[in-house]
Amino acid sequence: MPQVMDADRMSRALTRIAHEILERNRGTAELALVGIRRRGVPLARRIAAALHDINGDDVPTGALDITLYRDDLMRQPVGPQPVLRRTEIPFSIDDRRILLVDDVLYTGRTIRAALDALIDFGRPRAIQLIVLIDRGHRELPIKADYVGKNIPTSPAESVQVRLIEIDGTDEVIVQNGEAS
Amino acid sequence: MKLLLRGGRVVDPATGTDGEFDVLVEGGAIARVAKSLPSEGADVFEVRPGWIVTPGLIDIHVHLREPGQEHKETIATGVRAAVAGGFTAVACMPNTDPVNDHPGITELILKRAAAAGLARVYPIGAVSIGSRGEQLAELGAQAAAGCVAFTDDGRPVASALLMRRALEYASMLGVPIIDHCEDPSLKGDGVAHEGFFAARLGLRGIPAAAESIMVERGVSLAELTGGTFHVAHMSVRQSLRAVRDGKSRGVNVTCEVAPHHFVLTDESLESPVRYDTNVKMNPPLREAADRDAMIEGIADGSVDVIATDHAPHHSDEKLVEFDRAPFGIVGLETCVPLVFDRLVHTGRITVKRAVELLSTNPARILRLPGGSLAVGRPADLTVLAPDAEVHVSAAALASKSKNTPFDGWSLKGAVAATIVGGKVVFSAGTRG
Amino acid sequence: MLRSRHLLGIADLEPAEIREILETAEAMKEIAARPIKKVPTLRGRTVVNLFFEPSTRTRTSFEVAEKRLSADTLSVAVATSSVTKGETLLDTVRNLEAMAPDIIVMRHGSSGAPHLLARLCRSRIVNAGDGMHEHPTQALLDAFTILEHKQRLDGLKVAIVGDLLHSRVLRSNVHLLGKMGVDVWGCAPPTLMPRDLPRFGVTATTSIDEAVQGADVVMMLRIQHERMHGHYIPSTREYFELFGLTPGRLRRAKSDVIIMHPGPMNRGVEIDSDVADGPYSVILEQVANGVAVRMAVLYLLAGHDAEGD
Repeated sequence: MPQVMDADRMSRALTRIAHEILERNRGTAELALVGIRRRGVPLARRIAAALHDINGDDVPTGALDITLYRDDLMRQPVGPQPVLRRTEIPFSIDDRRILLVDDVLYTGRTIRAALDALIDFGRPRAIQLIVLIDRGHRELPIKADYVGKNIPTSPAESVQVRLIEIDGTDEVIVQNGEAS
Repeated sequence: MKLLLRGGRVVDPATGTDGEFDVLVEGGAIARVAKSLPSEGADVFEVRPGWIVTPGLIDIHVHLREPGQEHKETIATGVRAAVAGGFTAVACMPNTDPVNDHPGITELILKRAAAAGLARVYPIGAVSIGSRGEQLAELGAQAAAGCVAFTDDGRPVASALLMRRALEYASMLGVPIIDHCEDPSLKGDGVAHEGFFAARLGLRGIPAAAESIMVERGVSLAELTGGTFHVAHMSVRQSLRAVRDGKSRGVNVTCEVAPHHFVLTDESLESPVRYDTNVKMNPPLREAADRDAMIEGIADGSVDVIATDHAPHHSDEKLVEFDRAPFGIVGLETCVPLVFDRLVHTGRITVKRAVELLSTNPARILRLPGGSLAVGRPADLTVLAPDAEVHVSAAALASKSKNTPFDGWSLKGAVAATIVGGKVVFSAGTRG
Repeated sequence: MLRSRHLLGIADLEPAEIREILETAEAMKEIAARPIKKVPTLRGRTVVNLFFEPSTRTRTSFEVAEKRLSADTLSVAVATSSVTKGETLLDTVRNLEAMAPDIIVMRHGSSGAPHLLARLCRSRIVNAGDGMHEHPTQALLDAFTILEHKQRLDGLKVAIVGDLLHSRVLRSNVHLLGKMGVDVWGCAPPTLMPRDLPRFGVTATTSIDEAVQGADVVMMLRIQHERMHGHYIPSTREYFELFGLTPGRLRRAKSDVIIMHPGPMNRGVEIDSDVADGPYSVILEQVANGVAVRMAVLYLLAGHDAEGD
């Protein structure tokens, strides 16, 4: 299976993103990270750690489950209801710049759902989007502000991000056929 | 007119007959039962190998619903169901609307039955006016009009005193009192047998004791009065114990069991369909131990009669919550297949015993002219095909109502033909 | 994934399904803490609450759950008089189905009423209490509440005291707790105790002291005043004397015992006010958890096929 990113490159990409965040936002004031479950959450934590390493600041980090906001939830023919996990955002998002974090940006529908969810939590000053992988094929007008790597794919392929916190290893794989 | 039933095994406990014989019928009566009879201008009915010829079957517990509830069944449709089920005669219960507590209603029933011209109908009259348990009905006039027994079925005879008087009075007329044995206060608003399955399904229970204490009451009063007491639709082993006990002391007590009580148990409340109102009847389906006890009683002679308690109800009435559905299932057309499939073919009883339960004893208890193939008796015969496969189809029943729990069942044992007064009123091949 | 498109009773659920509902409820509970207590999940879906028995608590709990999921809710309180007008249950529901509800939440006085509908109607059915049979969402919220306090169900001693014979809450709880490995005790006078209770895996006793001894959870069920008319108990006064949960009796339980009641309570009949309002009582939490659990149930059922599986 073609590995398009190994652990080393992943780490460097995240560090680079952390620098970009600081540069663009001129510091960490008002920033907060919100990882989109599931794999956006450990990525958000790593970025928070990287920001801390560079800057010494602690950026608040939360986890967002967007299942209930998905636009395809009730439209599936027959299938198990996706597992619902807790949303944990232990801070007010009002007037903050929220950095949404997800592993793969594809059609953009997940991000659309995340934006709807976030708006129900309050009124942030701004929302920026961080993704580890952008694989193209947007169906909505959504654009990432920070990208780990651009990987052109065909719709028949699936992109799998594996993280130590969940999968025991760090890598990104591109596979033919539906993701398992 | 003459009819010859040629070939086949004739089983008639009343005359001690069991063997290959021909039966000649003339002028509506049995003329001869002997080997190799000549046809001599008679219509010939060929009895196929394996078939059995018996005295006409008699169901002494049937609800024909007319007058008053013709949407469920009429006398015409009821007797059609009866002959389809192999019955040449039925005794019909008085809980019509109005209740049959008056000779006018008895006469109406007899008239309608005669017009239908299929199975004979013997009305059973109410013990009390309106079956309300307050005042004795005119049992003498009713007996003269044609009633063969008395009951307040649907309900028990309300008080011990009334039952005592009824037994005494009826003994003068030579007819039995039939009781729907149930203590109303113990039954309460119960809808199912008080046991594990009702508890699990949250259904109010009817304890076995509700039936057995009234059976015991009846036996004691029959002993006191010398009257004849018949237990309708017996369902629990405690009742059977009381009946056996009474018989051993020489009390005039007899009893009947319905097919559903020797085939099904309260497990049917849950499976195959939960809360199926087609398993709601009174007395309710009981525990496995009761069903087994009923079979034992049928086998060892403690049980005298199998009677269906045929209780038609319109499908609108049954397609409701369990609590609200009326009690009862139809039974005329499933009785013979169930008796053969579950009792005869399993070796629990012989064919002879089956005929006693379905013909000989019913006739004896109600003092009816049938139940025997002795010469001169009415030519009521049933031709049975014990090895024929039957697939029960509710939709195909001749009865107006289709409330049966046996829909879709495959059973072995069918009716080939039913003959009343020497006329073939039902033949399986020409089923309409 | 729930195997059935209906929730008719706990008896039909496997432990894995029960766990799935409870875990989903935990995620749903967080929504109540948000400033905007709403998610768009059931937007455009219609849920009908069909209540043939009066109920404020359960009905409003379902309504809140439905509204929090953005469903369109329609609450129909069917007075008994319209039943006596002659319309059958089936006709009532078929008329409702003309408006194409996605889910019907029904409470009915007859055991098995939702099962009749599930067999013969098109909608998904959620049983909000049928006669004496089951009240599945109540048992689920009870388990949820117990889990919040005890972090486990397996091995706990739960004592259920009250009119066990007529209680659908008892039956659902016995099914659920039994499937999850709980040691269930049932306490009632013999007249209010189902005779086959031990066959359901419950230890039966007529002694409240024995039932409460060392209990982790004590669940009180209400005694209806009408029970005096069926000769079940001589009086509510005597019932309280023999079976009422008082602070003194409560001392026999574990020191971290929790007291539960599905409500509505009869103070001074099955439970002393001091206990109901005391530090061990989680009765009000049960109510709050009811919304989260019902949201979870609606969410998990709504994902099923529209027309029969």
